[in-house]
Amino acid sequence: MLSEIKGKVWVLGDDVDTDAIIPAKYLVTSDPEELSKHFMEYNDPELAKKIGKGDIIVAGKNFGSGSSREHAVITIKGLGVSCIIAENFARIFFRNAINLGMPLIEAKIGVKNGDRITINFNESKIYYMDKFQEFKKYPDFLKNIINEGGLINYVRDNQW
Amino acid sequence: MGKTAVEKIFSNKSGIDAYAGDYVISTLDYIMINDITGPIAIDAFNSIGKKPVKDKIVIIPDHFVPPKDINSAIQYKKVKDFALNNGIDNFFDLGQGGVCHQVMMEKGFAAPGRLIAGADSHTNTYGALSSISVGIGSTEAGVIFATGKMWFKVPETIKININGKLNKGVEGKDVALHVLSKTGHDGATYKCMEFSGSSIDDLEINERMTIANMTTEAGAKCSFFNTDDRTINYLKNRVRGDYNIVSSDDDAVYESTINIDAEEIEPSVAIPNSPANVSPLSAVNVEIDQAYIGSCTNGRIEDIRKAAEILKNHTVNRKVRLMVVPASQEVYNQALSEGLIDIIVQAGGYFSGTTCGACLGGYMGVLGPNEVCISSTNRNFIGRMGDKTSKVYLANPKVVAASAILGRIGSPEEI
Repeated sequence: MLSEIKGKVWVLGDDVDTDAIIPAKYLVTSDPEELSKHFMEYNDPELAKKIGKGDIIVAGKNFGSGSSREHAVITIKGLGVSCIIAENFARIFFRNAINLGMPLIEAKIGVKNGDRITINFNESKIYYMDKFQEFKKYPDFLKNIINEGGLINYVRDNQW
Repeated sequence: MGKTAVEKIFSNKSGIDAYAGDYVISTLDYIMINDITGPIAIDAFNSIGKKPVKDKIVIIPDHFVPPKDINSAIQYKKVKDFALNNGIDNFFDLGQGGVCHQVMMEKGFAAPGRLIAGADSHTNTYGALSSISVGIGSTEAGVIFATGKMWFKVPETIKININGKLNKGVEGKDVALHVLSKTGHDGATYKCMEFSGSSIDDLEINERMTIANMTTEAGAKCSFFNTDDRTINYLKNRVRGDYNIVSSDDDAVYESTINIDAEEIEPSVAIPNSPANVSPLSAVNVEIDQAYIGSCTNGRIEDIRKAAEILKNHTVNRKVRLMVVPASQEVYNQALSEGLIDIIVQAGGYFSGTTCGACLGGYMGVLGPNEVCISSTNRNFIGRMGDKTSKVYLANPKVVAASAILGRIGSPEEI
């Protein structure tokens, strides 16, 4: 069961689209390590190298808009990112992340690059600086998919 | 309590009395994959270890087909081998298919009352034929291969009423851009956009398809248009099997309603770098390097006819390359038999076989540094069609054709 995530944050803006996360020219592979080298490279060619295993992405509104490419989530998983926090997510990105077992949180927090935060899933709270921010719990249905590590495990274990 | 069309279709397909906000497990009529999203779906399917629900699976390679390099050839081969080895009848190879959404509609998979998922974001397009069709990811497409089912959250519906006679020069694309200027790039996220009103009734099916297609750019989960004589006419000699006409109840609950007077809609252009960043065509004066007509948004036979009508007896500006890429093999064949290809190449345009190609910066018309393209496609994000410094302006196909002649973004009225 997912209970707590601690990590360093990387702050991105509003409307980060899937072409920005991983440009279409790289869709000739679905290898996480290869894809992750090109994360947001049009915006900051060095960013992929700076993000470390367990780090957390904090973004604005409409994160992951655009294409249905699951490569966007695979790219971010390939970086080792442990959780994405955004004000809200574009819908196919949201589905892909849940279905691949990547935790997402809808919340707005005021942090800067390098800040360390703690996410407590039992309390539904994000602790940062000397503050905390509550977030909405997942419906049970989605929580079960995430806790099983994604949709494939879920449908193997549960009859539809 | 009354229901919206999307609530009715999710109720029918999940066997429960569903309303907006409910999580349901629904049976799909069809699941579509292409050559980009397909390989991951196939891996997901294989890892489940079940037999495929063959009749529901539709495989249409289109993004990087014909293959642009060895890696894309490997992906294409993977979906092709999967189709042939598993006896998937609904496999549309090079020469028979085209851009996946166009093929889903012209080959009769999309029809009223159906629930269709596609591993491509512009699956929203079949709302023009009164289907509920939603773009999904690859892993879940693989799960549908094995189960025929998927989880969904029943969406709220935004009703968009457009009434009155559309202005001269206004096409489905301009209606779509105008609506986007109201909703923004995320104003319909997770929601269904249902279109109605006298202006919509007057629009041909191909124009409705363009509007349905661009609801994706407002973040919508799906679109919906009511079934009328134009719908039935389109379906004739195309549709596979029976279908079930559904519409929203009079007392259905909508999340919100947007009322638009047709008179306020002008020929429009989406300025970089968002499809919702819309300006009247008359306010745009930009020199171009490339003009592109194609894609699931505006690559249909009607779009190519419009382009040919403008290009006839004119010459493409020598600074500009005009590319016309039909949305399917059927569109190509029709353009050939109507003599449209001849008109376009006589004008100095380049007419190619069908592919998604350059719409997503794949190949066949990728933009170099600082190049500017006027395009009939659906997205103008940073680097969408090529280099990160290149720029894409979105417009209707007549404006694209006129701009190709003028060498700058301009109106068909100037030709």
